[in-house]
Amino acid sequence: MSEEIVLSIFRGDAAGGQEVEYRVPLTPGMVVLDAVHQVQAHQAQDLAVRWNCKAAHCGSCGAEINGHPKLLCKTRLDDYVGETVHIRPMQTFPIIKDLVADVSWNYEVAKKVPAFQPAVPVPFQMQQFDVDRIQEFHHCIECFLCQDVCHVLRDHNAKDQYFGPRFMVKIAEFEMHPRDGGDRVPMLTHEAGLDMCNVTKCCTEVCPQHIRITDNAIIPLKERVADQYWDPLRALFRKKKDPTATAQSVQG
Amino acid sequence: MASEQFATLESHQYDVLVIGSGGAGLRAAVQAAVPGVKVGIIGKSLLGKAHTVMAEGGVAASLGNLDSWDGWETHFYDTMRSGHFINNYLMVELFTKEAAERVLELEEWGAVFDRTPEGKIMQRAFGAHTFRRLAHIGDRTGMELLRTLQYKAISQDITVHQEVTITKLLLGGDGEIAGALAYYRSTGKFVLFRAKAIVLATGGWGKIYKVTSNSWESTGDGASLAFRAGAEMMDMEMVQFHPTGMVWPPGVRGLLVTEGVRGEGGLLYNSEGERFMLKYDPERKELSSRDVVARSIFKEVQAGRGTPHGGAWLDITHKGPEFIKRKLPGMYEQYLTLADIDITKEKFEVAPTCHYTMGGVRVEAESCATNIPGLFAAGEVACGLHGANRLGGNSLADLLVFGRRAGDGALAYVQDHEPLPQVSESEVEQEIDRVLKPFGVSNGENPYLLHEQLQEIMSGHAGIVRDGPMLQEGLAKLTDLKVRAQNMGVTGSRVYNPGWHSVFEVQSMLTLAELIVRGALARKESRGAHWRTDYPDELPEVGQWNYVQDLDGDAVRIREVAVPAMPSELSQLFDRGVAPGVYASQQQAKEK
Repeated sequence: MSEEIVLSIFRGDAAGGQEVEYRVPLTPGMVVLDAVHQVQAHQAQDLAVRWNCKAAHCGSCGAEINGHPKLLCKTRLDDYVGETVHIRPMQTFPIIKDLVADVSWNYEVAKKVPAFQPAVPVPFQMQQFDVDRIQEFHHCIECFLCQDVCHVLRDHNAKDQYFGPRFMVKIAEFEMHPRDGGDRVPMLTHEAGLDMCNVTKCCTEVCPQHIRITDNAIIPLKERVADQYWDPLRALFRKKKDPTATAQSVQG
Repeated sequence: MASEQFATLESHQYDVLVIGSGGAGLRAAVQAAVPGVKVGIIGKSLLGKAHTVMAEGGVAASLGNLDSWDGWETHFYDTMRSGHFINNYLMVELFTKEAAERVLELEEWGAVFDRTPEGKIMQRAFGAHTFRRLAHIGDRTGMELLRTLQYKAISQDITVHQEVTITKLLLGGDGEIAGALAYYRSTGKFVLFRAKAIVLATGGWGKIYKVTSNSWESTGDGASLAFRAGAEMMDMEMVQFHPTGMVWPPGVRGLLVTEGVRGEGGLLYNSEGERFMLKYDPERKELSSRDVVARSIFKEVQAGRGTPHGGAWLDITHKGPEFIKRKLPGMYEQYLTLADIDITKEKFEVAPTCHYTMGGVRVEAESCATNIPGLFAAGEVACGLHGANRLGGNSLADLLVFGRRAGDGALAYVQDHEPLPQVSESEVEQEIDRVLKPFGVSNGENPYLLHEQLQEIMSGHAGIVRDGPMLQEGLAKLTDLKVRAQNMGVTGSRVYNPGWHSVFEVQSMLTLAELIVRGALARKESRGAHWRTDYPDELPEVGQWNYVQDLDGDAVRIREVAVPAMPSELSQLFDRGVAPGVYASQQQAKEK
């Protein structure tokens, strides 16, 4: 019963820090967040960790466990029996303290995504098979683990050139909505930096919601860009997307 | 000498300040942000993380997409009946008339609901709703609603302050709202918000209980702030225990199992394999109201017919894996990852979990105004819509309908209130000293452990089952805990310090816990979620009252206020013994 787990948690802030070891009694089904809470309650009151729901709905508790971006609330400790569990904040963003990263950049990017633009009045007539594709994107919990692992953002720190996978999913959600009348393709290839992604699929691998980010959002968006900008035949007839034309085609 | 001077404080000014960035707060802000009106939102967490994401099953609105006999009258009938008639009927009327429009508005803003074969918004059956009524997106409707409102809000001219904790509501010279003092969690620095109107949309206080479906946020900060500022609180004894929370393993105890499982056909069994809801509510069975189902499970466990970890079995395997994974993907994933159970293949254990607080700040139905001029409240923090028991799906519709109304109410208020009221410098400086005090306490009480003790007391003395002596004893324990709480201490710096934040939350929860117990002692009957074994029956003479509590100096004052009486055109809806939509369909069948 008195089995223990050893956690090595990063303690520190922008000025620096190091991992500190804590021992916590293991209980059945315990997740990493439970163990972090144990440490908070009994050993380090001021240990900073972000969390809300503890049910993988809110996406607050993203961090790196033994180097892998994961949700603390969804990672079982029995996967690590006999190992020290190293927990560090997401590395792609500036640190605030301990396990809490400053993810504010993501919220700045979010403001740049043009809102959904209904082309027809509600209530919409849409079949389930029309919306299956975009409902996948609606599963996103904005944990930003995909942003954390994206090498464009992580290794090249190209935050001024690429919105990152999360916002490709968000743009895809609006762009592929059967009743949307907006056109985000010019933005995708320019400000959003879609071309920066070279489809290594790391984002898909870490997504706790199992969204096939690369295959179902990024690649189809790249195809739209290619059609509109690089298809030589289309280039001959290229003209701007007309939202009223879309509206009519949707109604008809 | 104050620790920080008023003059050097960071300060922001808004016409309308919304406290709370969940569904109700965002909907209020979207409504209030008209040209020329400066709107700010404060969130204790990051944007898009609020407890609204935890809502799973759907949003109730009588669209009638599947059952064409549904309409606002039947939704009204269901809501009043399940609230055991202590609801504010006018709130229920406005709510049931407006919910459908609010749902369609979400669709217009980008929410993508599941569809019917005809391509309309799909609706599912839920406990004690006469018709299939809950518009939904699988089992993650709250997340869809929150995300839609979040992106709607940021596309408007609204400033969002994330991870900011309000410690006090500030009043002007005439007792009107004037602003709030807060601190940034990331730095621990204080910030003053001055505002002509404040919309409180801070949610509930399920974290007062040990077994709860509620997220970190639900510590009742807003309700407690309002109460301390002089707001009237109503029917605080009414706390909903959702029948189905997870039971095992210990770390997930209380985590919500959506009512959608039963809505989609899930059945409840005791350890003897008996489908016990046939006994407790032969008519509505598993889809009875939450108070009834929760009590039924509790009684089965008490009678020794519980599952290994003290719950009931819920079984939906007969619907087949494809159906379950499509309609309840979150539940499938949740049990598989957290409990190693495949719900498409085996039954699973569930037990009641604290889910929702029907009581809260007393408001006017139309505008959501409180008794403090300029202070409005919407969503779970407010009281009146749900009465003694909330129907599933009514909370999401609540925050849309009354979030919008509170936004309008605040907007109307600021348009004839100029200029910005003054706040008291000395009051602000004293508050800063108070909030910083725990840093100066050495060997103080640990706020995390006090929170655990508070949860033990409330679960043991004011939980799903209550009686007079049990409540009295609970009140005495709370009084002791309050004394100890005055000596809470924290370690570390002010930078992102959750221990420091816990001090504030424990104070909020202690304030509200006392109101729950006092309310429960005052209501000498059983009604809806409030079940007293010493007064086991619903008593008409008690049911005519709402219990209102406010501060009289430092003391809590409680009084009976008459439940608003329905006009005859509404009360006659209940005369026929069946729901209006059912009656209408029966009449038509007769005519044929």
